[in-house]
Amino acid sequence: MLWETVKLSVQSILRNPMRSFLTVLGVVIGVAAVIAMVTVGNGSSAQVTSDVESLGANLLTLQPGQSRMGPGSSDGGAARPFALSDVDAILDQVNSVSVAVPTGTQSIVAVFEGENYQTTVTGTQNGYFEARDWGLSAGRLFSSAEEKGKSVCIIGETVRDELMGRADPIGQKIRIESLNCTVIGLLEVKGANTFGMDQDDTVIMPFKTFARRIAGSTDVSSITLSVRDGYSSDRAIDDLTALMREIRRIDPGEDDDFSVRDTAQIAAMLSSVTSVLTGLLSAVAAVSLLVGGIGIMNIMLVSVTERTREIGIRMAVGAQASQVLLQFLVEAIVLSTLGGLLGIALGLAMGAVGSAMLNVPFIPDAGTIALAFGFSGMVGVVFGYFPARAAARLDPIEALRH
Amino acid sequence: MPVDPSGDRAAKIATDPPLIEVRDITRIYGTGEAEVRALDGVSFDIRPGEFVSVMGPSGSGKSTALNVLGCLDSPTSGHYLFNGVEVGGLDGDQRALLRRHYLGFIFQGYNLLPRTTALQNVELPLIYKGMSREERETRAIAALDKVGLAQRAHHDPSQLSGGQQQRVAIARALAGDPQVILADEPTGNLDTKRSVEIMELMVELNQSDGITIVMVTHEDDMAEFGSRLIWMVDGKVESDRPTKRAA
Repeated sequence: MLWETVKLSVQSILRNPMRSFLTVLGVVIGVAAVIAMVTVGNGSSAQVTSDVESLGANLLTLQPGQSRMGPGSSDGGAARPFALSDVDAILDQVNSVSVAVPTGTQSIVAVFEGENYQTTVTGTQNGYFEARDWGLSAGRLFSSAEEKGKSVCIIGETVRDELMGRADPIGQKIRIESLNCTVIGLLEVKGANTFGMDQDDTVIMPFKTFARRIAGSTDVSSITLSVRDGYSSDRAIDDLTALMREIRRIDPGEDDDFSVRDTAQIAAMLSSVTSVLTGLLSAVAAVSLLVGGIGIMNIMLVSVTERTREIGIRMAVGAQASQVLLQFLVEAIVLSTLGGLLGIALGLAMGAVGSAMLNVPFIPDAGTIALAFGFSGMVGVVFGYFPARAAARLDPIEALRH
Repeated sequence: MPVDPSGDRAAKIATDPPLIEVRDITRIYGTGEAEVRALDGVSFDIRPGEFVSVMGPSGSGKSTALNVLGCLDSPTSGHYLFNGVEVGGLDGDQRALLRRHYLGFIFQGYNLLPRTTALQNVELPLIYKGMSREERETRAIAALDKVGLAQRAHHDPSQLSGGQQQRVAIARALAGDPQVILADEPTGNLDTKRSVEIMELMVELNQSDGITIVMVTHEDDMAEFGSRLIWMVDGKVESDRPTKRAA
């Protein structure tokens, strides 16, 4: 009898497909919104994590000054820079670190055959590529002779594009400020980082060349480090802090005048922000599911009035009140469940399009889909009960006279 | 039930125990000043195989009486025995079961479900009898065949004429294999030719299938197709006699 009722309700839903569709539109939109939000949210979280990992999974950065969050925080300008000897001291004394290279950056204009392009030059050593987990797509790294101050550089894909299009950059000479340097390598494409900065928009040269010819001083503005496998980044940060306090002669009780930035921390912070946002948006979407349920109740109530005569006929041929109740209840449940299925399909489609547009991976969440499906069925039960009871309570004579 | 030769048949009906016994039934709507006595002390018996026409001016209570007989309405007082069972003591669900298994209805406005084929309409009472799909279809086709509409089984009511719609409604009443068919002005919406066709069909069901028929009508010609005529005025039975056809 129940299966029979389900089949009957499908029939009566299909008898008026347009109205049925409009009835469940609210549920469709609600479910679709929840699914799309969660899918895109998951994709963003995964993207943030992989973006941060693209900086280098075990990457630490040592910077002068305290970098606190909030307004008026940066006192980096006043803090003492590091020296090359600090880098040697770290490599010598800190076991938990496998790479430590001096890093300096400066904004410059690169020129090639009349093309000008504003970009950033980074002076560093070969270890930088290891720490950032960054390979070359063409050419080679610096030789040890070149690291002592030769005019060579490795460029990113964006700089190559802007200056020479698709031409082979290896062996070409580009001018950076007053320095003519030979391109010896092309970096692998990394794309934008979490903050939307194009990581391929860069020129990298040996630190000594950079210090002598571009920056004009051997001060080290930051040190790029990599945590040795088998050590935690917390351990490495503690070791580095202890060493730097000693080198920079900071008395116990005084604040550090340097800071260590950990990419893992940034990753955790960013994904927690993303998941809070996803949660909030999903909550808004869930409210629209509730509104969708009220829509179903409204139309079902109208439908009971409209079908009063049908109810009367059914009662006349022997339907009991409970069977009429069951029929309308099942109809509401089937209707809202179909709406839920439609919403899931639509939500996944929207999620796929949204993920593609935001350039994040498409990660549908089975749990959320099951939950949305169950919830849409529940909407049918809750909001279908009241109209169904109204139908079951009709007086057959009144209903037939309608 | 086998077809009786006409002489024996009348004698048998007269001696059978009554199928329906109505004793001093009242049906009162409203209270106090607004009180309406739709039925005011009605008594009669109906034996199996009878074809009873009920007539009377509007407001005489003939439709109310039919609703009470059909277990759609409950009397305010009095006794209604169906097959010897007191119907007044049954609750809504039990009355629904009685309608399901013993009664069939035919209405003036046909009351077919719209956008539903003739076949599905006829199957409707069988669904509530809990029959399988195959059995329902076989029975519904047989009932449609009996009213001469088997080839229209898959038409919607909107594609059928009034006379055809009423015949589908008769097939629906018939499909459930009822003891009694209750008809409320079945020819009220039809022209004379179609009306006669419908009445001939009802007489055929009464005579050859032995189905008891109670029909409310306001047309003398149609009432004459029955075997007995109950005339009601002001909620009371004024006369109760055999029709000319039966006499």
